Amino acid sequence: MSARGELRGWADVALIPVLNLVVALLVSGIVVLIIGESPMEAMWIMLKGAVGSIKGWSYLLYYSTNFIFTGLAVAVAFHAGLFNIGGEGQAYIAGLGATMTGLGLEFLPWPIVIPLAVLMSALFGAFWGWVPGYLQAKRGSHIVITTIMFNFIASSLMVYFINYWLRPVGKMAVESRAVGNFDFSTFDLTGAYIPSLRELSLAIFGYRLPSSPLNPTFLFALAVAWAVWYLLWRTKLGYEIRAVGANTDAAVYAGIRPQKIIMVTMAISGGLAGLLAVNEVLGAQHRLVLEYVQGAGFVGIAVALMGRSHPVGIVLAAMLFGLLYQGGTELSFAKPEINRDMIVVIQGLVILFMGALEQTFRPWLEALFFRAED
Amino acid sequence: MIKKLLGAAALTALMAVSAFAADDKPAIVFDIGGKFDKSFNESMFNGSEKFKTETGVAYGEFEIANEAQREQAIRNFADQGYSPIIAAGFAQAAALEKVAKEYPDLKFAIVDMVVDLPNVQSIVFKEHEGSYLVGIMAAMASKSGKVGFVGGMDIPLIRKFGCGYVQGVKAAKADATVFQNMTGDTGAAWNDPVKGGEITKSQMSQGADVIYAAAGATGLGVLQAAADGGALSIGVDANQNYLHPGKVLTSMLKRVDVAVYNVMKSGKDGSFKGGVQALGLAEDGVGYAMDDNNKPLVTPEMQAAVEKAKADIISGAVKVHDYTEDNKCPVE
Amino acid sequence: MTPSTTPAIELIGIDKRFGPVHANKDVTLTIRQGSIHGIIGENGAGKSTLMSILFGFYQADKGEIRVKGQPLKIRSSSDAIAHGIGMVHQHFMLVDTFTVLENVVLGAEGGALIGPALAKARETLTHLSQDYEMDVDPDAIVGELPVGLQQRVEILKALFKGAETLILDEPTGVLTPDEADHLFRILGQLRDQGKTVILITHKLREIMAITDHVTVMRRGELVATFETKKTNVEELAEAMVGRRVLLHVDKSPAKPGVVVLDVKNVTWKDKKGIARVDNVSFNVRAGEIVGIAGVSGNGQSELLDVIAGITRPASGEIIFEGKSIGQLADPRHLREEGLAHVPEDRQHRGLISSFDASESGILGWHYDESLGHGFRLDRDKVVARCTKEMAEFDVRPGNPLLKSSKFSGGNQQKIILAREIARDPDLLIVGQPTRGVEANERELGLRMAGVMREAA
Repeated sequence: MSARGELRGWADVALIPVLNLVVALLVSGIVVLIIGESPMEAMWIMLKGAVGSIKGWSYLLYYSTNFIFTGLAVAVAFHAGLFNIGGEGQAYIAGLGATMTGLGLEFLPWPIVIPLAVLMSALFGAFWGWVPGYLQAKRGSHIVITTIMFNFIASSLMVYFINYWLRPVGKMAVESRAVGNFDFSTFDLTGAYIPSLRELSLAIFGYRLPSSPLNPTFLFALAVAWAVWYLLWRTKLGYEIRAVGANTDAAVYAGIRPQKIIMVTMAISGGLAGLLAVNEVLGAQHRLVLEYVQGAGFVGIAVALMGRSHPVGIVLAAMLFGLLYQGGTELSFAKPEINRDMIVVIQGLVILFMGALEQTFRPWLEALFFRAED
Repeated sequence: MIKKLLGAAALTALMAVSAFAADDKPAIVFDIGGKFDKSFNESMFNGSEKFKTETGVAYGEFEIANEAQREQAIRNFADQGYSPIIAAGFAQAAALEKVAKEYPDLKFAIVDMVVDLPNVQSIVFKEHEGSYLVGIMAAMASKSGKVGFVGGMDIPLIRKFGCGYVQGVKAAKADATVFQNMTGDTGAAWNDPVKGGEITKSQMSQGADVIYAAAGATGLGVLQAAADGGALSIGVDANQNYLHPGKVLTSMLKRVDVAVYNVMKSGKDGSFKGGVQALGLAEDGVGYAMDDNNKPLVTPEMQAAVEKAKADIISGAVKVHDYTEDNKCPVE
Repeated sequence: MTPSTTPAIELIGIDKRFGPVHANKDVTLTIRQGSIHGIIGENGAGKSTLMSILFGFYQADKGEIRVKGQPLKIRSSSDAIAHGIGMVHQHFMLVDTFTVLENVVLGAEGGALIGPALAKARETLTHLSQDYEMDVDPDAIVGELPVGLQQRVEILKALFKGAETLILDEPTGVLTPDEADHLFRILGQLRDQGKTVILITHKLREIMAITDHVTVMRRGELVATFETKKTNVEELAEAMVGRRVLLHVDKSPAKPGVVVLDVKNVTWKDKKGIARVDNVSFNVRAGEIVGIAGVSGNGQSELLDVIAGITRPASGEIIFEGKSIGQLADPRHLREEGLAHVPEDRQHRGLISSFDASESGILGWHYDESLGHGFRLDRDKVVARCTKEMAEFDVRPGNPLLKSSKFSGGNQQKIILAREIARDPDLLIVGQPTRGVEANERELGLRMAGVMREAA
């Protein structure tokens, strides 16, 4: 039904998400109430913890950086009509690229190693996205199935690599050696170590910011978001990606080869997910830790849904999830009764209402609007 | 209703201010396994609870949900002036080291790992010594001359358990066979009782009739499978004899609860010291469990042999090799 | 049977807006019981909207619906069905993998267990099928039936649910002439049994053949209602378009030149290995218009796809301007060589309905250097190009930023035609040039073809 009434732009992009968020928070509030805590207080702690201090903001932005990358990865694939739920595995494998570059080329100066490590993160992730893309294009294996499978394969492979290749002998924790080092008193930067903003501010201005893993990768993520927008709406490749996603028959008619676009798109998508390694491995942990992605790949799906697969929306949605993560941490500090599992429930509710039930209020809102317009 | 809620919010704001005055209150940061893992983390939780009931002093606690939170949690407690701050588990070493450097006035402790700073107490255990003792008991209790070992995650720490155990078995019965299996390579290996049970059944089918589990919650599956299949098992960390009375030969005690309790206590009475604490048989940090549940299983000869070995280790007459010293085990 | 005096359906002052679009303007219409009532009009004239309001898909902003004299609020299709209104959609709403019987019962299962409902339905269905010469096997799998029979299943479904008034939306679009004739016989019988039929169509011939009354709509308004016997095709066409219409094109005699396209023994097989295009040969010379005729589904579409390079022939050769393109061709290549293609299924192939007009306007040429250097796609150039083409071809509304799906079928056609002709192709392939296109737009299309020929 193409003639169906459609909401005005602002209501569509702003009002519906806000409404969904409010409902999600209300339901979360009921859950908090059930376990005997005050929802208003919990909400206040979350908000204050996430946006009430420089420290809160730093963590918020640090988490958002991960979600921007994985959200963009999912969104680019969406535009080609592909549901890439393998961001988790692509980011994980990318960690290997980042780490191997950092450790293998440690002797080179950082202006060379860091860009190389970033590139390798993207390439490793791209490869892990390209393979399911290839299987879909040439063998017709459904991308949802293959990308899930590739998450498991990545997980097993990485256990092997980290345990038997990267873990220093005798070290208990399953993680690699540090990829570099930074001494802020002498500004001595080695390897693929991206210093945190706190370290940079200490080194350059001598000013002590609150400690957080926030690092310049956040700015890089914003640049990448812009680049994705440019790719999709201002390049011929982006046009072809969107054409295949919107209408494969029309794309074929236009001489676009969907198989090629599927592979290219999945590689781009995987590469974007891979950039998560830049933030986590190079910028925050400075080492490759077992299972370091910690679900950020899946959060990316919710972020892309909520952000309407548009980079601006994705940045905003990623920040909302950053807020939930950081606010949730502060909440479990302040209220041990609301433990980390409760936080996951609250985050899950937000995903449910913003993603899966995203359209719930649309008909109702449409009816309201059209009545009002008469 | 809303008034009430707003009132509550205002009250919390006040409480939040008072919460900063946390001097000399201890805090503990549990690792990803969570504080109710029936094993390592839970044992430390019990130690903390004991401290709380005895002294009436509340302690801060936090369960890690992701990597970034390790440092965030420790730092958060440090910011609020908690001391000592205990990091549960080797995985937190890097984060603890970073924060401890920045807060030289606060006291920190870490379990199962060494962080070499003056304000950090590193608590490590000589698990190989305790494992040696239960190895002797296993060899003597075994009728088939075949015993098993089920480890959790394949890391040097667990190999250290296994290596001590094998040395004990061989010391008691040189021709005994020991089957050794690890549950996995990831953190999930600590919490997979189903797989633990499968491994146990497989070892039993090869003839093992005493099986030692050093695998966190996975060990619960090992104990269950052994009890169901008529074999004896050996518990770990806490006294697990009660889980299947008459079917658990003994438990290798690793007193993390005592260690945590002691750290908290020493913080309170001012006797806290930095440096490494290696807790072995001599310090009662490790041992074997005897109670009514396993009394019928342990013969006087077994008890005598174990007690003799314990005395020899304490005196230095017997030296049990520590796997983590060279990543090698002299016997298989 | 004599028509009863109470009308089956009365629509009074129906008004409906979709944002800026005024889809129905104060439409008042009476449909007599036991009659076949045609509704004709161009795309976007508001016929479908009106029927969707009657069937409960939309709510009218103003106005009243009366069924058998009773004023009613119809809030959903189930309300409509409850009041004896059934609808057969242009695109069938059938579950391909179910049997006829299961499809008919769908939505009227009545209880958790399907068994009793099916047994009862089988009996009713057999009766209905006999009464109306439907000739449908209740146990056939719907997906395996020909289109004509699937349509009958839709009609049976509506009758099974107790429809007294049946709305059919463009029912003959998918049928062969034989099937269409059979459908008309069925509709005639329905009328004779006292049912009321509303037929939405473009095809004047069908209106003349079977309706009792005909209503003409234009731009959301009801223009006039005629008694079919007392009107004629010319009058109806004029009412639809609002002016006199040229139904045949005055064309100058062709002056054929060199051979542009030479199709030699081309065979194309579908996935099941059946030759859908079997050993076809013909050629096209510069300056001539060659028609490929046949009942839909006889391989014309497949042949066009092969010529346009979208599919590859199993055997045979295609020579375009002296170059053999049979096996290697792809659409992009051919386009560059001067072959333009207006596909048969314009909405689903010729443009991308979720893209704005300017983006649909470059489909197939999007990689061209004139739209941006290298990998770039210069948005300003894309929009400028579309604005220009829209002006040349009188596309309405002339807004390049409007979504492609918001244009009427004829205007979509113009967007595609503009794009394909703009490159001055040597050969233009057009599939079903008049499908879904209203009389006045059809006229324009035919003229364009003529112009092309003169120019070639």
